[in-house]
Amino acid sequence: MADLGLQVGIVGAYLLVALAIGVLAYRLTGRDAEDYYLANRSIGTVVLLFTTFATLLSAFTFFGGPNLAYGAGPEWILVMGVMDGVIFALLWYAVGYKQWLVGRAHGYVTLGEMLGDRFGSKALRTVVALVSLFWLFPYVMLQQMGAGEALVGLTDGAIPYWAGAALITVFMILYVALAGLRGVAWTDTVQGLFMLSVVWIAVAWVLSAVGGVGVVNEGLRASNPDFFSLGGGLYSPQFVISSAVTIAFGVTMFPQINQRFFVAKSDAVLKRSFALWPVLVLLLFVPAFLLGTWAAGLGVTVPEGANVIPVLLTEYTPAWFAALVIAGAMAAMMSSSDSMLLSGSSYFTRDVYRPLVTADLSGVLGGDSRSDSGALALVRSVLRERTVDGDREAQVARAGVALFATLSFVASLFRPGSLIEVGDTAFGGFAQMALPVIVALYWDGTTRDGMLAGVLGSQAFYLLHVFVPAQSVGGVTVFGATYLTWDYALWGMALGFVLTVGVSALTGAAPEENATRFTEGLRAD
Amino acid sequence: MVVLVVLAVPWFLWGDSRVVAGLPLWLWWHVGWMALAAVVFYAFTRGPWERLMGVTRG
Repeated sequence: MADLGLQVGIVGAYLLVALAIGVLAYRLTGRDAEDYYLANRSIGTVVLLFTTFATLLSAFTFFGGPNLAYGAGPEWILVMGVMDGVIFALLWYAVGYKQWLVGRAHGYVTLGEMLGDRFGSKALRTVVALVSLFWLFPYVMLQQMGAGEALVGLTDGAIPYWAGAALITVFMILYVALAGLRGVAWTDTVQGLFMLSVVWIAVAWVLSAVGGVGVVNEGLRASNPDFFSLGGGLYSPQFVISSAVTIAFGVTMFPQINQRFFVAKSDAVLKRSFALWPVLVLLLFVPAFLLGTWAAGLGVTVPEGANVIPVLLTEYTPAWFAALVIAGAMAAMMSSSDSMLLSGSSYFTRDVYRPLVTADLSGVLGGDSRSDSGALALVRSVLRERTVDGDREAQVARAGVALFATLSFVASLFRPGSLIEVGDTAFGGFAQMALPVIVALYWDGTTRDGMLAGVLGSQAFYLLHVFVPAQSVGGVTVFGATYLTWDYALWGMALGFVLTVGVSALTGAAPEENATRFTEGLRAD
Repeated sequence: MVVLVVLAVPWFLWGDSRVVAGLPLWLWWHVGWMALAAVVFYAFTRGPWERLMGVTRG
């Protein structure tokens, strides 16, 4: 196949260019944690917007979404649009802005650190980090699955699934080792702009190749007449609401998204991003998922284990263009995975590893002081920084990333579910944590016991439903996909909320808690 | 805001299969609604954004 060399060349070259940008950014990066993980809290509107956006440019959006639109109809555009453009945007304000204020006042870098300090609890800090890392695993694996499947679709199986997954794994590890957040943020912006343009070019190209949207619609009327009407089939109102709500809440707890809440340069950056968000979401999801839907009308057949987008492009656009889109998508997935791995590594080193190896200084250095000024917080964070051998910690972080990515690569070889299923499970897992965190951010009556009950209780409930097969107990199905037609992930969220509020109401604050941490001393510019 | 969220899914078009300019009518509603959301969000950042957070400026 003459095209194979060209396709592989384009994909390889693109990934190398993305890597070069990251390395360039790394050379401009300072070596301390604030810079490595947060780019010194200096991220501007465009970069913040795109670096958050890039996290959506994952295999879930780019391959999973079109596959679903191909199989079940274009309503996925609406589900994801409402989820991301409206619900997530509001959470961006409610969770993101609040965390930005709190993080700036007290110098936090991770969610676990913030909660651990507020509730004076190392256990809570570690639990939050471990839960996050646990659900990050399937989402990183999802990118590896997506890359493997993408190359299968592009090269018609000439490059096997495992090789594509391995390729992206190698690039992921290299990339994180060579660049901090500044590198990731830069490539995210380049990727985001590139993928947005390319997906629209793909729409135009496919439409002109087949002779216009009229032809596509005729095909759809013959093959999938129900695709035109809103709802039907998979898309029940319960499905639409459950998916939109769990994904939106889940996204806010993703380490790489949640950590973004700490990085904005000023509140103006957060405001602009907030208002632009629905438009950006629209610009990406509509063309991407329409392509999937149209493939159904064009009679494109997708081989087992491949994705619809590469197959569609290979059929209707020149080989180089299809390769470029896939390369762009893979690079975007690499970039999102790197955001995840980077945030994951900061969760691991700061919230799991460091508390294990360092003496408890919080008592000495005012971890329990009720009126912690910004300056004191800074001193504390610097001292904390100094107490750990920085080089050794950086090594632990990088080794951790390599191990994590390798394990998720191995897991991706087993292909435990479709892209949408794996993604949905991960989103649902993160979503369980969102309500306890929101309660803690806004209600100063929240207690440590309430938080632990809410986080652990909802996780236990959710995990049981993910891993235990459905069973019938006395005529009632337990551990099934839904209760009363609503997704178990929603019930888990409700349980987490009730436990957090209920247990907090019944217990008093522990002496180490700092109840005013999230409410006092918050300043905007 | 509540209206903005609730009507983000055009429930009154449920089961509707009209096609306008090549795309389902409900999809056009979605496009328009997202544009509206951007405008409302922008207005929100100019107005109540800080009032709800107990922030001091300066």
